[in-house]
Formats: sequence, C-alpha cells, structure tokens
Amino acid sequence: MSSRFRSSALALALVAALCGCDREERQTRGKPLGETVPASASPDTVFPGTGKLPPLDPRAAAYEGNAAAISEGQRLYNWMNCSGCHFHGGGGMGVALMDGKWRYGGRIDQIAASIVEGRPNGMPAWRGKLTEQQVWQLAAYVRTLSGQVRKDAVSARADELSNTPPQTQTKREPLSPSDSDQQ
Amino acid sequence: MRRSIIVVASIAAMLAVALLFWALTQKRESDLGTSQFGGMSSSKAAPARAASPRDDGNWTMPGKDYASTRFSALSQVTPRNVGKLQVAFTFSTGTTEGFEAPPLVVDNTMYVIAPWPNNVFALDLTKPGAPAKWVYEPKPAAAAKGVACCGPVNRGAFYSDGRLYMNLLDNHTVAIDAATGKELWRTKLGDIQQGQTMTMAPLVAEGKVLVGNSGGEMGVRGWLTALDAATGRIAWRAYSTGPDKDALIGTNYRAPYPQDQGKDLGVKSWGPEQWKIGGGPVWGWISYDPELKLIYYGTGNPGPWNAEQRPGDNKWTAGIFARDIATGQARWFYQSTPHDLFDHDDINESILVDWPAPNGQRIPALIRPSRNGYFYVHDRRTGRILAVDPYGYINAYKGVDLKTGRLIPAPEKEPKEGRAVRNICPGPPGAKDWNPSAFSPVTGLIYIPHLNICMDMGVKNANYIPGTPFVGADVKMYAGPGGNRGVFTAWDPVARRKVFEIKEDLPLWSPALATGGGLVFYGTMDGWFKAIDARSGKLLWQFRTGSGIIGQPISYRGPDGRQYIAVPSGIGGWAGSIVSADLDPRDPTAALGFVNAVKDLKKRTTKGGMVYVFALPQ
Repeated sequence: MSSRFRSSALALALVAALCGCDREERQTRGKPLGETVPASASPDTVFPGTGKLPPLDPRAAAYEGNAAAISEGQRLYNWMNCSGCHFHGGGGMGVALMDGKWRYGGRIDQIAASIVEGRPNGMPAWRGKLTEQQVWQLAAYVRTLSGQVRKDAVSARADELSNTPPQTQTKREPLSPSDSDQQ
Repeated sequence: MRRSIIVVASIAAMLAVALLFWALTQKRESDLGTSQFGGMSSSKAAPARAASPRDDGNWTMPGKDYASTRFSALSQVTPRNVGKLQVAFTFSTGTTEGFEAPPLVVDNTMYVIAPWPNNVFALDLTKPGAPAKWVYEPKPAAAAKGVACCGPVNRGAFYSDGRLYMNLLDNHTVAIDAATGKELWRTKLGDIQQGQTMTMAPLVAEGKVLVGNSGGEMGVRGWLTALDAATGRIAWRAYSTGPDKDALIGTNYRAPYPQDQGKDLGVKSWGPEQWKIGGGPVWGWISYDPELKLIYYGTGNPGPWNAEQRPGDNKWTAGIFARDIATGQARWFYQSTPHDLFDHDDINESILVDWPAPNGQRIPALIRPSRNGYFYVHDRRTGRILAVDPYGYINAYKGVDLKTGRLIPAPEKEPKEGRAVRNICPGPPGAKDWNPSAFSPVTGLIYIPHLNICMDMGVKNANYIPGTPFVGADVKMYAGPGGNRGVFTAWDPVARRKVFEIKEDLPLWSPALATGGGLVFYGTMDGWFKAIDARSGKLLWQFRTGSGIIGQPISYRGPDGRQYIAVPSGIGGWAGSIVSADLDPRDPTAALGFVNAVKDLKKRTTKGGMVYVFALPQ
C-alpha cells in the first residue's frame, strides 16, 4: 500500500467522520423544549392581499436532516403503525408520502402539525399520544421519504423486509405546492 | 445483424411457446387436484327454488335473489343482437371513490348507491334521461375514510317492502322510504375509534336486516347483527370470536368436522385475550334459504396478518356459518382456512343450488369459490363437503382432506418473522376476492371473475393501537403463472371442471351478471364492459366506459318493456386504490402490497363515478 493512498484514505475517513459529527448532532443540554407543537405552521399558502408563511419553527433545526432524529423517527414510523396506512411512502389508507404532493404542507413543522392535529379525511390526531420530540422525529423521517434530506443522514437499510430500495437512492421530489417549501 | 435479430427472436418465440405449454399442462394437473368423483353428469345444478322466485324484471337486492345467482331471466338481448347494444343514458354520482354497488331497480325507479359520502339517487325511468326524483344525503363522518382498509366503498343497498336499507361507512345502518328518500331510522352499530367501518350490503328477510362490520386489518372483533326492519332495534348479534354465548353457539350447533367441534373454541383457539382484537369481520355476502330458514355467510381474516402473533386455529375466522335467521343461533360452521397465514378471508358469495350428486340424488347445496383458491360444494343442511377442487393456481396449500375437512397447509410457504417467503400463490386477495360470481340456470355454470396474483411476504411484530392498522406484514404482489393478473372462469359445479377461461391482463375486480339470453357481462379495471357468450366465452360486444369497472352489472325491464343492462364505472377498492387514492407505484408495499401488481394502472384508467345504462336500439 502506497503512503499516498494511505494518506488520502485517512483524509477521506476524517472527512467522513466530520460529516458524521454534523449529521448526528444531538442536544443533550440546554433548556427543555416547549411541549406545544407548531401553532405557526399553517398548512396554507394563500394570504389575502399580501403575506407569506411564517418562518420555520426554530425547534425544527434540531431535527431536520439529523441522522439520530431520522433513525428514531423511522423506528416510530413502524411502531406507531404509520406504516400500516402510508406503507413505505407509497400510501394506502393514508396518502403517499414519497410523491412530493402535500395537502397540508411539506415543511417539517407543517408535517409535525399534521401529526399532532390530525387531518379531517382520516389522519388521526396524535396529540397526547406521542411526545413532542417523537413528533419531530417522525416528521424528520417523513421528509426523507420524498428525498428532502441529505443522503448521509438517512438510513441505507430499512428495518424490515420491505422490498423497497434503500433510502439513500431516493430522488428528491420537488415539493408541491412549491411555495410551501420556503425554508 | 438482422439475421442475428431473427435468430434471437425465433429462439425467444420457441421459449415462449414451450413456457406456455408448460404453464398449460401445469394448470391441467392442478385442476385434477383433489378430485374425488371422476364421472361427468349430464344433469345440471339449478338454483334453490324457494330462494329464486320468477323474475319480475326488477333488481331489488345485490345478489338478485336469496340464492345469490346474479342471474336475470330477461332474454331480449342475445348473442345474435348484443353487438347492437348502445348507451341509453348515464348518471354521474359526483364521486371518485371505488364504485362497487349495483344500482337497484324497482317498479320504474332506479336507485344509485354511491361510495362515501354514501348518497342515494332515485332516478325516474319513465321520463327521458331518467331525472332524479330525490337525493338522500346521509353525511357519514369523513374520518371514517381513514380506517377503511380498502377504499371507502359501499357494496349496495337492499329493497324490501317500500324501503331501502343500507350501511354507511361510519357504522350506521339506515332505512329509507323508497318513495320519498326520507330516512326512517338510523342505528349506530360500531365505532371508527376501534377501527370499524361498514361497507357490506345488508340482506333483509323475515323482518330482519342483517349487517356486518369491516376492519380485518384494524384489529376489530367481527360480528353479524340482525336489526328489526321496522324499528332498527338490534335483535341479535353474533360475534366471530370469543365465548360460545357471544358467537351464539348453542344446543342446535352441529359442526360437520371435528376441527370445528368443542366448547368456547372462539377463546381456546387463540393466545390469551387475542380473540378480543382477532378480526373475522363480516363484510361480504349473505344468502338465505327460506325453507330451512337459515342464512349463510363467511367470516373475514384473523388479525394481525402476522400469524406468529396468534397461535391456534383462530375460530371463528375465515370460515362459513349457517345460522337460524330468527334467533341467530349457529347451525353449523366450517373453517375453510384455519390459522390463516395470508389474509384469506372467507367472505365470498355462497350460491344456493340443488346439486345432482353422482348417484343421481339432488342435494340442497351451497357452492362457493373461496378466497383460498378452492371451489367448495357443501350440503347446506349440514355443512359437509360434497366436492372441493382448485379453480385457480395454488401452491400455498396442498389440498383439502375430505375425511377431516381440513385444509392441508404447505409448510414451506409459512411466513416467519425475519424470513421473507417468495412466490406464495394465491396472494392476499386470494384466487378471488369480494366480487361475486353469477350462476346461470340456462347453462348450469358458475361464472367466476377472479385473480391470478402471487406474493412475497415478510412478517413483523404488529402493535395494537385502536383505530390504526393491525397487520404486521410487508407484502409485494405480482402476476401469477402466465403473467395475466385476472381470469374469468366458467366452472361446471357438477362435472367439477373448468368449461372455459378468459385470461385478463388486469386483475378482475368486477362482479358478473348472467342473463336468460345466454350472455354473461363483466367489466375490467381499465373500463371495458364486456358481453360474452355464456356457452363458449366468446367476446361478442364491449364498450369502453370512462373509468375502471369494479362495480356490479345488473339487468332489468324498463317501463317501455325493453331489457336494459346497467353497470357502475369508477375505479377504486383495494385493487384500484393506486388510482382512486393516488398512490405511488415506486413503493411495492403500498396498499398492502397490491400496488406492485398494478403499477401500470394509472396509465390505463382515471377516477370516475358513473352509471352506464345500455339497451338495444328501438
């Protein structure tokens, strides 16, 4: 093995490790997060005359694209039977989550709001059944189903015999309506 | 270059021919299967007389009669003139969900029953264009759609004594005045918080309205309930699981086989407490014998799909009950699929016929193409099996033991946690799902619209959370041997063999209609409505409707004395949900794995909700 190869391998490993740190950042200290999920995350995109969607909920930053949050969300997605309705993103009793079509917004705080509030055509309201942290983790995972999250943060392997391609191969779907994707 | 292409093409063609030959011989062998009687009989089966009165030109119940023949005696439309059929009028329900319910026709009024929101339209057939006389809007809860496993469908209403009876998706049974559209009573029977819905069509007889629940994928506890037709009060309820007193199993109960004999099997054939969330919903068809005063119906699959979580036979799921209509007390039960591994509900139609036995005796029988792929002939007095044969391709079972009555499992196909099992046939919707067959007394044949679908299955632990799915399986379905996903089979229940078979590319999800003119009608999921010769299966006429057909065709006599044929067009249901619910074909497990078998459907049809009515030109 040449020393040049060895040093470039080392450099690569270092880069990977650094990326790893970033993608798995966890908040273990600091003030506890409030237990009210996004009131500001309106699913709407029309504001009479003028106006726009409020900025992204500040709590989102701790979960969006975070590998630890996403993998917890992936586990909960099966445990809480999300997969029983939405399957691995293709949908069934529930809507498809991999196609970039969002009735109630595809921003992480809008997804969290849909989980907490429920939606009138059959989406159950999970308020009080999941902790706020779990809701955000689920929302972070749901965003990976349509490829909204960087590939080094998602799991390369599903937790079950799903027949689905690994998520690292999921192409990013443009969000629709597109103006709900203001991050 | 060109020569090499020709060589490759001819090799491919030879291979294809060889494969086809192989497939055909395989099929023939499996047809012989468990045949018991070899001889052919010239005499035909005939519908049970008391359950199939003379045709008056109306269509008052989904099954046409209590024998569930789906046979109209009208004979103006024949193989000679069917080519001239044309549209007489159409009607849009305004819905884009799976449209399964047959329209009913009673004395020059057509009643169209829509999927959720379950509106009913009464159309005046005496006026040009059939304008609406009234519209009934029951406003069932929208949230019910979130717990309806396979689309917010409705399988029809029942007309009796000036009233229509039907179920709403959010677990109400209603009675409607057929003349005015006024709701006469509404009874709540279940709860969407527990994952229950109601999609089946009631059967009304002897002053009782018989209804059942849906939710085999939601951990519900299945039941059949009888309501008093006059008041809507509950007369009796028979659960499909639990102690004998809940299942209405008492002193009159005589099971034909030891597997279904014993005390409180609805508790003992489960792990502790599992029967409380064990499924067995009653979402299919009921037949009635007015002489024996017995109703016949099947129970749905046990839950969850992951069978490792529910050791035992799981009584009284995936079997068929005979009950006394007045009291609900069980007379007999036969479990077609003990400890179901593959979602093989047993809710398919039972057709009541007089069946000529090989010794010439005519036996009051019940014939049914079961979801597990076997065609059963039972003595309907006792439940004993008179004949059983595979009518589709099966490798998940190895036959039925006629001594014990028990289905013989294929251990190599049993899914275990952490192990994917490939090529299980038939898949979860079985060799045939809910869409009922038709029986023609003209030919003595039963016309079975069914499936040729296999699957890969992996099971995982299912958590029970009320009002959410309770399944525990990843499934991927695909076409069975031959590559066609649907089959239309004409079956001779006496000779116990296939008479003809039509291979359909798409799964067949529409029921069949047989007529006195010697025709059989059915629809395809890409919207073709077809008429075939009842004897030969030859395609004689077809019409492309606006959306895929999964609904039941009917035939009636119009006010002008002409024969009409009507069919609902509107894709949806489990098989069509990829279109009606806009699912994503890139996930093979979507819609419990059905999406993978119909990945092309979005290109072949679009949503709709329309009744098409056809007649010969005047």
